[in-house]
Amino acid sequence: MDFLNAIVALLNYVVVPAASYGAQLALGALGVTLVYGILRFSNFAHGDTMAFGTAITILATWFLQSHGVNLGPLPTALLALPLGLTAAAALVLFTDRSVYRYYREKKVAPVTLVIVSMGVMFLMNGLTRVVIGVQEQNFADGARFVISATQFRAMTGLEEGLAVRTTTVITLVTAAIVVVALFRFLNRTRTGKSLRAFSDNEDLALLSGINPDRVVKITWLIAACLATIAGVLYGLDKSFKPFTYFQLLLPIFASAVVGGLGNPVGAVAGGFLIAFSEVTFTYAWKKVLAYLLPADLVPNVLGQLLSTDYKFAVSFAILVAVLLIKPTGLFRGTSV
Amino acid sequence: MTQVNRPLILYAAVLLAYLLVGLTQSWTLALTLLCDGLIVAIAALGVNIQWGYAGLFNVGVAGFFALGGLAVALVTMPINHEAWSAGTPGILAALAFGAVIIYLAARVYRSKATEITRLALAAVLLIAGLIVFRIIFDPAVNAVEAVNPASAGNIGGLGLPVPLSWLVGGIFAAGAAWVVAKTALGLRSDYLAIATLGISQIIIIVLKNEEWLDRGVKNITSIDRWPVPEEFSLQQQDWFGGVANYFGADVRTASTIFVAMCFASVLAAVLLALVLLAECSLKSPWGRMMRAIRDNETAAEAMGKNVKQRHLQVFILGSAVIGIAGALYVTLHGLFAPVSYDEPLRYTFLIWAMVILGGSGNNWGAVLGALIVMLIWGQAENLGPAVFQLLTAPLAEGPLKAHLIDAAVQMRLPMVGLMLLLVLRFSPRGLLPEK
Repeated sequence: MDFLNAIVALLNYVVVPAASYGAQLALGALGVTLVYGILRFSNFAHGDTMAFGTAITILATWFLQSHGVNLGPLPTALLALPLGLTAAAALVLFTDRSVYRYYREKKVAPVTLVIVSMGVMFLMNGLTRVVIGVQEQNFADGARFVISATQFRAMTGLEEGLAVRTTTVITLVTAAIVVVALFRFLNRTRTGKSLRAFSDNEDLALLSGINPDRVVKITWLIAACLATIAGVLYGLDKSFKPFTYFQLLLPIFASAVVGGLGNPVGAVAGGFLIAFSEVTFTYAWKKVLAYLLPADLVPNVLGQLLSTDYKFAVSFAILVAVLLIKPTGLFRGTSV
Repeated sequence: MTQVNRPLILYAAVLLAYLLVGLTQSWTLALTLLCDGLIVAIAALGVNIQWGYAGLFNVGVAGFFALGGLAVALVTMPINHEAWSAGTPGILAALAFGAVIIYLAARVYRSKATEITRLALAAVLLIAGLIVFRIIFDPAVNAVEAVNPASAGNIGGLGLPVPLSWLVGGIFAAGAAWVVAKTALGLRSDYLAIATLGISQIIIIVLKNEEWLDRGVKNITSIDRWPVPEEFSLQQQDWFGGVANYFGADVRTASTIFVAMCFASVLAAVLLALVLLAECSLKSPWGRMMRAIRDNETAAEAMGKNVKQRHLQVFILGSAVIGIAGALYVTLHGLFAPVSYDEPLRYTFLIWAMVILGGSGNNWGAVLGALIVMLIWGQAENLGPAVFQLLTAPLAEGPLKAHLIDAAVQMRLPMVGLMLLLVLRFSPRGLLPEK
């Protein structure tokens, strides 16, 4: 029984939160990795694209709520999401046309594009702040739990409860749908294949008649959608604050690099790896140990390897380790 | 304009702008802006050494800047004897233990076993080491933080002279730079950007959370503002009252202005010394080699230059200069506030904008850019809301207008971003291009 309790505690505090955080990171990292593979630079404005798309979604959610529209047990934000996606896509396409295209045509070094993306980041950041402000916003509504801890205890008779939050389920289901759709698109459709061809070898792709403008546009569109979905899911799960989204840049980059920049499968794997490591290192293991060890062996400390403030340090440590050991990433990204 | 007098004219114009602020607004404001401008000019010099000389991309300026500040707190604050007897030795022992574990893990990883074994052994060693580290570290930290928490609660300093702390600030930043450079140099340029972004975030999180080190969010105040007299003690002096009377100012304002002028001279002297050193190195064979490497790595490598080693060197040098700037900043304000560094947009990207506006690769350009951007930045604080007030005047009073005027305060950063983009697009070589 204690063993079962330990498993449930582990699921409740480590596996479930890490899985939903991992799904959010994976979606973010997919966007970064696609832009990297096709446009060949690390997009520092990605975090702020997430923030902008989410901010618009929140505004639309508020609008719907004020008119009494809701989705019952599901959060209203899902209904507002299309508007957020459209806004983010429009913004990103506009920046590409007004900013990035000039440098792409001049074929500047990637590092210049990174600096340019920082300028874009400033602007998007300012835009988000003007649109919604700097404060923290909670916009999740609908049913809070699919199964609450109390229900779970009553159902199983265990001491530990396993709470499954609605947002967790939505995150995992959405992420699964998006990832499957993206991979089907990349592997099965003509456009998706042209994207991959462009990423593998630009010159060869151009020679075979692939229209680079179209490829770039589609890449930005996908990246903006992925960023917004990741941002909305993260905001539903936790809360929305523009600065937090800037800070998410580090774990997102870490996920993309760990998996291998430019490799979509790697980005997904990297997202989950980073999320699970962050949660494992910052979880207070005392509770689980108390079920597993005899009473006199249980340590009288929290058993937390690092305080939660240091979760970014975990992603950074993994990033550094991967750069030292295997700079191409676990799934061999396109370049070093 | 010929090449010779362009820098002179631009510098004169900037000086005039600062004078105008002094004449039309207040001398205190002008001098405060100038002092901050001179400090970020030093940081911009550091960034320029990395970016302009070698094309290395450092997104972690805020972190290195904060580390320099930490050095001032640790070196100049008086020794905290109670903390030493309570737990400081334990903390130091734990840190030393941590260093040994990391060294051992590196040794294990480099051993000749199969890849999986090496990795697994190193990982086990690191995690076990972390647990033991926490067992030594936590009680010592609790003991130190329990000592007089209202006014101290940290390990205090060494009570050493201030100029030494500036040097130590450089060394701290150089140390952090070494760690980053060792991992990310030699890979794609993007990786260095990501790694520096990471390390600076972590440095700032550590500074904010480790109260035993620097009191975290409680800030360290009353740091020695060497070599300048305190405003308060100046106000007590008879001769100073006479000077103030002569200029027709009240003693309090006069003392602030006097102190700020003293600081401005000290900062200008340090800046000048560093710029001259940087210029000399740029004109030396070393500087030519650096530019050769930047412009064509493959050719330089073919000529037998050790590109990775030179990059490491220049990255550490530049970070050290940023660290010195951070140390001066804390000495100027007499305050170490870890939370204030948690604005990467401000500390990191503002300095980047300065270097790019001034002209990457040109030390005098970086300094000029710093003085200009600081002035705009300081002025925008007051002008931004005023402009928004004017723009929104036709709108009816209401929540939307209030929201927009509130948002005006946030407009400084996007303005810097816009400036960065415009300079990159239309004048990528900056105001004072590299010769």
